[in-house]
Amino acid sequence: MNQTKTEAHSTKFASTNRTDLWWLEPAATGFGFLCFVVYTTWAMFQAGYYYAAPYLSPLYSPVLMVDPSAPGAAPVAHAWFGTWPPWWPKFLPPSPAMLVLFGPLAFRLTCYYYRKFYYRSYFATPPACAVTALPQNNYKGETGFLLFQNIHRYTLYIAICYIFILAYDAFRAFFNHGQFGIGVGTVILVINVLLLAHYTFGCHAYRHLMGGRLDCFSCPNGKEHLGHNLWKKITTLNENHMFWAWVSMIWVGFTDLYVRMVSMGVWHDFNTWGH
Amino acid sequence: MAERTFRVWRGDKTGGQFVEYKIEIDKGMVVLDAIHRIQEQKASDLACRWNCKAGKCGSCSMEINGKPKLGCMTRMNSFKEDEVITIKPLKTFPIIKDLVTDVSWNYEQNKRIAPLKLPPRPKDGKYRMYQRDADRVQEFRKCIECYLCQNVCHVLRDQHKKDKFVGPRFMIRLASLEMHPLDTEDRIEKIKNEYGSGYCNITKCCTDVCPEHIHITDNGIIPLKERVVDRFFDPIAILLHKIFGKKKSS
Repeated sequence: MNQTKTEAHSTKFASTNRTDLWWLEPAATGFGFLCFVVYTTWAMFQAGYYYAAPYLSPLYSPVLMVDPSAPGAAPVAHAWFGTWPPWWPKFLPPSPAMLVLFGPLAFRLTCYYYRKFYYRSYFATPPACAVTALPQNNYKGETGFLLFQNIHRYTLYIAICYIFILAYDAFRAFFNHGQFGIGVGTVILVINVLLLAHYTFGCHAYRHLMGGRLDCFSCPNGKEHLGHNLWKKITTLNENHMFWAWVSMIWVGFTDLYVRMVSMGVWHDFNTWGH
Repeated sequence: MAERTFRVWRGDKTGGQFVEYKIEIDKGMVVLDAIHRIQEQKASDLACRWNCKAGKCGSCSMEINGKPKLGCMTRMNSFKEDEVITIKPLKTFPIIKDLVTDVSWNYEQNKRIAPLKLPPRPKDGKYRMYQRDADRVQEFRKCIECYLCQNVCHVLRDQHKKDKFVGPRFMIRLASLEMHPLDTEDRIEKIKNEYGSGYCNITKCCTDVCPEHIHITDNGIIPLKERVVDRFFDPIAILLHKIFGKKKSS
């Protein structure tokens, strides 16, 4: 017992007595999300090869404006506001994705699951449980600059609009030049919207708005409130919110890649239209 | 019987050091049993708080190989045979002696929270609650107050914001009151301004360490954060609140 006295716990960043691979999860999720961000940014700046009739990449939907001269561009008839304006700055590619990606991005960045993962992976507050967090002089959590996270329910409203838009895109993927049919791309687009719906409708804010906000599920007459029924169903999705977040995100990227490869002629789309 | 090596932190608030003990472990033992054997055979003055040995009193919280756990619920066969087991007191609270910490700060937080406030009794004198309403708050009532969640919460543990945030255990207590179908007290403003819901950045470590498997973040803290959004940050909800009036007293 003649050793020098020390503190029981170190206050140095990332210090811990954990013997497991605590760094693996934040490293893997941080790297995985970074890959998605790099791919979507690259895809967004391509400004082309986002349409292969009848498939539209979800990263470019809804198509607000179209530059018909771009390779693999959607027909002008698809655009909500016609052709790209001539005053658009030359240094920015005329990419429809630049106009629409903010919606899903804002929803994901303010999502309670994503907050958990990026506060751990990118901000190290903390990097993992019982691993010393990055020291901050005056930690404010989500009371200071991060107060904006409270807009999450408004980004949810935007995300729900996108679900309907992407569902319409998936529906249109059954019709090529007015002829009903089905292709591998159709299946991919349908799966895409289903996965996104499972993620969006399992959101914590949605769960609160649909029933969680109630204090009493049986008031005023003892009968089950509709909100309780909805809350229970959303809870089953919400319990796997992380799973749906990752699977839907990866599938969005894959869907864009598939449409891009088919549009470029690299991959052949097997379908019932015979081309 | 197999010999195992333990590194146990020995000391008090002025500091201390790790002391190594080698003891024989029997089949079926948990870490708390091992500590008792160390007390019996090697160090009778080793301080450790414990009571039920059944995971229900929440007394034997400690950090075992860096993870906040109950000593009585951590089985020895969960470690590799040659693994040295490091045991430390909780980091978030002041050390009294060896593995015993002063958790009285938690009791002070509990006193700050307004208790359940029931409405006047109905004419027949009986309050009624339905099972579906009891189910949600019942989860929060499983808390054994082991304070593992308070210990692992980095806001208290590393950022030292005990003056700003009451911690996950008391967010759960607040949730159990706010979501109680008979409660008439309004605590939302205090949840934001005094109990510090905004300090939680929902990294879910409290949920990960809870021995009762309470979904502290998903079912307690996030719903409270959403109620704070209703009251302070959502213009539509604020408008509806003003039109339809307050259901609870302020």
